Amino acid sequence: MNAAYIALIPALPLVGFIFIGLFGKYFPAKISGRLGTLFLAVSTCLAGWEAYQYFFVSGAVGGTYQTTYPIRFSWLEFSPKLIVEIGTIIDPISVMMLLVVTLISLMVHIYSAAYMRGEKRYSTYYAFLGLFTFSMLFLVLSINIIQLYMGWELVGVSSFLLIGFYYDKPSAVAAAKKAFIITRFADMFFLIGILIVSYIGKSLDIPTLISNLSHASSFTITSPLATGFMGFSLLSWGLLMIFIGGAGKSAMFPLHVWLPDAMEGPTPVSALIHAATMVVAGVYLVARFYPIYVFSAPDVLKIIAITGAFTAIFAAIIACVQYDIKRVLAYSTISQIGYMIFALGLAGWGVNKYGFTAAMFHLFTHAIFKALLFLSAGSVIHFIHSNDMRDMGSLRKKMPLTHIVFLIACLAISGIPPFAGFYSKEMILGVAYQTNKIIFIIGIITAGLTAFYMFRLYFSIFWRDKKVQIIRGNAHGSASMTIPLMLLAFGAIGAGFIPFQKLVTFNGQPIAMESNNIVTVLAIVIAVVSIFISAFIYLNDNTIPTKAVKRLGGVYRLIYSKFYIDEIYLFITKKIIFNLVARPVAWIDKYIVDSSINLIGAVTTEISISIKTLQSGRIQGYMSWFLGALLVLVLIFMMS
Amino acid sequence: MLQLFLIIPAITIILMMLMSKQQGVRLISAIGMGAQLILSLILVFNYISASKLNGFTSLMYETSYSWFPAFNINFHTGVDGISLAMILLTALISFTGVLASWNITEKPKEFFFNLILLSTGAFGFFISRDLFTMFFFLEIAIIPKFLLISIWGSGRNEYSANKLVLMLMGGSALILTSILGIYYSGIHSFDIAKIAAAGIPVSTQLVIFPIMFTGFGIFTAMFPFHTWVPDGHSSAPTAASMFLSGISMKMGGYGCLRVAVFLMPKATEQEGWFFLILAVIGVVYAAFTTLRQTDLKYINAYSSISHCSLVLIGILVMSNTSITGAVLQMFSHGLMTALFFAIIGMIYQRTHTRDISKMSGLLKTLPFLGTGFILAGLCSLGLPGLSGFVAEMTIFFGSYNASAFVNVIIILSVSSIVITAVYILRMTGQVMWGPIKQEEFNELHDGKWNEKLLITILCGVIILVGTMPFWLNGMIHNGIDPLVDAMKQALPAKLSQNLLIVH
Repeated sequence: MNAAYIALIPALPLVGFIFIGLFGKYFPAKISGRLGTLFLAVSTCLAGWEAYQYFFVSGAVGGTYQTTYPIRFSWLEFSPKLIVEIGTIIDPISVMMLLVVTLISLMVHIYSAAYMRGEKRYSTYYAFLGLFTFSMLFLVLSINIIQLYMGWELVGVSSFLLIGFYYDKPSAVAAAKKAFIITRFADMFFLIGILIVSYIGKSLDIPTLISNLSHASSFTITSPLATGFMGFSLLSWGLLMIFIGGAGKSAMFPLHVWLPDAMEGPTPVSALIHAATMVVAGVYLVARFYPIYVFSAPDVLKIIAITGAFTAIFAAIIACVQYDIKRVLAYSTISQIGYMIFALGLAGWGVNKYGFTAAMFHLFTHAIFKALLFLSAGSVIHFIHSNDMRDMGSLRKKMPLTHIVFLIACLAISGIPPFAGFYSKEMILGVAYQTNKIIFIIGIITAGLTAFYMFRLYFSIFWRDKKVQIIRGNAHGSASMTIPLMLLAFGAIGAGFIPFQKLVTFNGQPIAMESNNIVTVLAIVIAVVSIFISAFIYLNDNTIPTKAVKRLGGVYRLIYSKFYIDEIYLFITKKIIFNLVARPVAWIDKYIVDSSINLIGAVTTEISISIKTLQSGRIQGYMSWFLGALLVLVLIFMMS
Repeated sequence: MLQLFLIIPAITIILMMLMSKQQGVRLISAIGMGAQLILSLILVFNYISASKLNGFTSLMYETSYSWFPAFNINFHTGVDGISLAMILLTALISFTGVLASWNITEKPKEFFFNLILLSTGAFGFFISRDLFTMFFFLEIAIIPKFLLISIWGSGRNEYSANKLVLMLMGGSALILTSILGIYYSGIHSFDIAKIAAAGIPVSTQLVIFPIMFTGFGIFTAMFPFHTWVPDGHSSAPTAASMFLSGISMKMGGYGCLRVAVFLMPKATEQEGWFFLILAVIGVVYAAFTTLRQTDLKYINAYSSISHCSLVLIGILVMSNTSITGAVLQMFSHGLMTALFFAIIGMIYQRTHTRDISKMSGLLKTLPFLGTGFILAGLCSLGLPGLSGFVAEMTIFFGSYNASAFVNVIIILSVSSIVITAVYILRMTGQVMWGPIKQEEFNELHDGKWNEKLLITILCGVIILVGTMPFWLNGMIHNGIDPLVDAMKQALPAKLSQNLLIVH
C-alpha cells in the first residue's frame, strides 16, 4: 500500500474546498461544480482501489486483516510522551468507511449539479461539500484521539455551514445553530472523556490506548482511580463520556432533536450528512474503541445498548405520524442508527462475535439505501415543490424512475429479502436474540414500525389518488439526477450479498455465516404484515387515518409533537439557563462587581478630595492613593 | 539587536513629527511598524534555527547596561521563546493596528504617536529581564491608553478612560510594591535570573505572591478585577481596542508567568488554588455574561475575559504543557481578538451601530468582512485548524490531572466551550446571517485595501498556527522548559505528581 495515494483520498476534497472557496468567484459556477466533482471522483476511485487492494489482495496476512499506519507524523507535542500525531489508520472499518463516505459524497456531488442549478452560491455550496467530505475522511482515518476530535469538530462546523446554507432563511439559520450547539454540548463530554481516558491509558495514540486498556496484562489502573463514582470506575465514566459525544453526532435520544430540524438544508446535503456520514460518526467512534469498551467497560456497553434500542423504537414511533417527508426520513435515520448502536452495545451482555460485524454491515447498507431515499425524496420535492406528503399522491405515472428506486429503497429498509437491509438487519436481530431478548423484541417491533412508516410514505407519495399541483423543477429528469439514483438503487439491491462476516470483523479474522431461522422468519413476517397494514390504510384515499387519529386522541398528539422533547429543551435553555443563570450573572456583573470596583474609585476620590491640597480630578486623586498605598506597603515590608 | 525595538519607534516618531499631512504620518507609522514586524520575524527565524543547535540555552541576544547602579538596576534585555512569541504578537497587532486607523483624521499625528508609544511599551516590557525595567515599560504603556480612549474614543469615553487607567494603575501599584518587597527581602537585585537563582524566602513569597499575582491579574482581567475591560473596549477607538485586548492583557499574563509564578513557585503551590478558583469563575462567569450582551464590543470584551482566564489556569497549574498552552492561548487570543475588534470597527464605520439586534444579514453586502468575522468567531469557539483549538487543547491536556482539584477546575472550564459556541453563534447568526432587514444596509461597501490586508494578515497567522502549530509550540517550549526545570527543583514533590511531566 502506497502512503501517498491514501493521503490523496482526504486531501483532494480539501484542495477542492480551498481552490473553489478562494477562486470560485472568478470562473463560472458550473465549472466549480464540475471541478469539485472531479476531485471527489478521483478520490472515490482511489478509495475504491484501496478497498479492493485491502480486502481482496494485500490486507489479510494469514487470514487476519491487518491494521497498518501508512502515514503518521507528529503535529503537536504536548510533552515527549503525549504527542498529537496526524496520520492514517488502515483497518477493515476505516477502509469500509472511506468507501462509503467517498461514494455517497460523489453521488451527492453529481446529483447536486442539477438539483442546485441556478443557485446563487453554487460554487460556495461545492466548496462546503468538499470541506465536509474532507472532515469526514479525516475523522475516519484518525490515528490519534485528538485527530479524531479535530475531524469531529470540523464535521460539526461544515455540517453547520451546509445546514445553514440558505442563510437568509431564519429557520435554516436556527436549525444550523441548533445542530451545532447540541452536538457541541455532546462534544464537551467527548472532550472530558478524552481527558480521562487518555490519562488512564497514558497515551493519545489510538492503537496504544487500545493495547493499554484492552489487555489484562498491561491493564494498570492504580487503586485510587479504580474506586468509582456512583458505581462506575473512572475509566467507565470516561468511556461513557466519549459515548455521549458519539450520541450527540449520531442523534441518540435525548440528543436527537437537532436532526429533524437539520432537514432545513438542501436535500442532497441531508442525503450526505444525515444518511451516510456525519450521523454514523458516533457508531464509528464506538466501533473504533470497541476493544476497550468490551474489555474495560461492559457496564457502559449496556447503557449504549439501552440507549440505542430505546432510540430505535422511539424515533420509529414518531416517524409514523409525521407529514413532512424529509422529517419521516430523518426520524427513520435516527431509528436505524439506534439499531447500529445497540448492535455494538449488546456485547455488554457477553461478547457475540457477530455484533460488531452486524453494526458495520447495517451502517454500510443503510448508507446506500438511505442516501437513495433522500435523493429520490429530493426528486419528488424538486418536482412538486413541497415537503408535505398530503400534497402528494399518484406520482407513480409521472415519475416512473423515482417511483421504482424509491420502492427498492423502501423494500431495502423494511428488510425484505433479497434487498440490502434484510441481511444486515437480520444479523443485528440475530445477535439480539442470542444476547438480550428484550432488546430483540424492541428490534422486531421497530422493524415492523419501519416497514409501516416507509410504506405509508411510499403509498402516500406514489399511489393515493390525489390531484397534485406540479411545479416541475427546471432540472427534473436530467441525467445528473437520475444516474446517482440508479447507481444507488443497484447498491440497495446488491449490497446485502457482500460477505461482511468475512471482511469486517472485530478481530480481523473471518467468521462463519450463521443464520437463525426463527429470527429470519419473524423478521420477514412482521415486515410483510406491516406493509399490508400500511397498504390497507394508505393505498387509497380513505378515512382510516383520521379515524385512527381520533381514536388515539392524546396519545396521537403526544407522538405528533415528538413527545414534547423540543419544548423541554427550550424550557431548559431559554427559561432556566438564559433567565436563571445568564441574566443574573450579567446583572451581578453590572451592579455588584462593577459597582463595588467603582465604589473603591469613588471612595478614593473622596479621600483625595478631602485631603487635597494641589490635586483635583480623578487621575491625580488616584495617584495620591497609589503613592499612599505604596508607602504603607513598603513600610510593612521593611519592618517585617 | 533588541535595542532596535526601541530605536525604530524613536526614529519613526521623529520622522512622523516632520510630516505635516495625515497621509505622510500614517505612511511613516506603517513603515515603522512594518519594520518592527520584519525585525521580529527575523528574530523568530533566528531563534528557531539556533534552537536546533547543540548547547542552546534558551536566552538569546542578551545585553545588560547599568542604569541606576545605586539600586542595582540594569537595563538588562534578552529574549527566549516566550518573549519572542509575545513580541511577534505585538508586532503583528501594531502593524495591523496602524492599518485599522488608516482613516483617522482627527489629530492623526498625536494618535499615531500614542499608538507607537503604546507598542514600544509592550516591546520594552517583553524584552526586559530586569523587574524594574519591566515595570518602567509597563507604565509607559498605560498613559497612551488613557489618551487614546479619552480623546479619540466614543460613548462614555471619559468615564471608561478614567476607570481603565485607575484600575491598571492600581495593578501597577501592587506590582511595584511587590517588586520593592522582593528587592528588600534581602536579595537587593531586580535581575530576574539573579532573583531566581538566589530564591526568595518562602515567608516573603507567601506575602508577595498574592499581591503581585493580583497586580498582573488586573491587567489580564482576572475576576473580579475585569470590569475595566468591557467599558474600556467599548469606548476605545478600534486600534486602541486591538491593543488593549491583544497586547495589554497579554502583558498581564506574561507578568504572571515570568515574575509571579516563576520567581515564587512555592507560594504558587500553596496559594495558587485561590487564584485558580478565581480564574475558573472568570472563565465560566464571563462566558455566561457574554450571553446577555447586545453590543458587539461588549460581547468580545467579555469573551476576552473568559479566554484570558484560561491563560491564568494554564499558568497556575505549572506544568510544561499547561504553561505552553497558556502562552499559545495568549498568542492565539491576541490575534483573534484583534481581528474581531478590527472588523467590529469596520462594521461600525459602515452601519453606525454596534447593537446586534439592529443588524442582520451583513454577510450578503460585506462578504469579505463577514468571512473574516466568522473566521474569528470560529477561532474563538475552538475550531480545529485555527489557532484557538491548539491553545485550548494544550491547556486542557497539560493541566488535566495535576491533582483532583485541578481536574475539577479543568472540567468546569471545558464547559465553557459550549457557552462560547452559543454566544458566538448567537452573535454571528444575528449580525451576519438572516435576511437584511434594514434598507440602508443593502448599499454598504466591502473592505478597502487596508482593511483587506489587515484581515488577510491576521487570518493568515491564525490559520498558520492552527494548521502548523509545531514551530510556535517548539519555540515556546524552548523558553518554558528551563523555567519549569528550575521550578521543579524548588518543588520536587508537587510537580512529580503531574503525570504529563513524569512521562
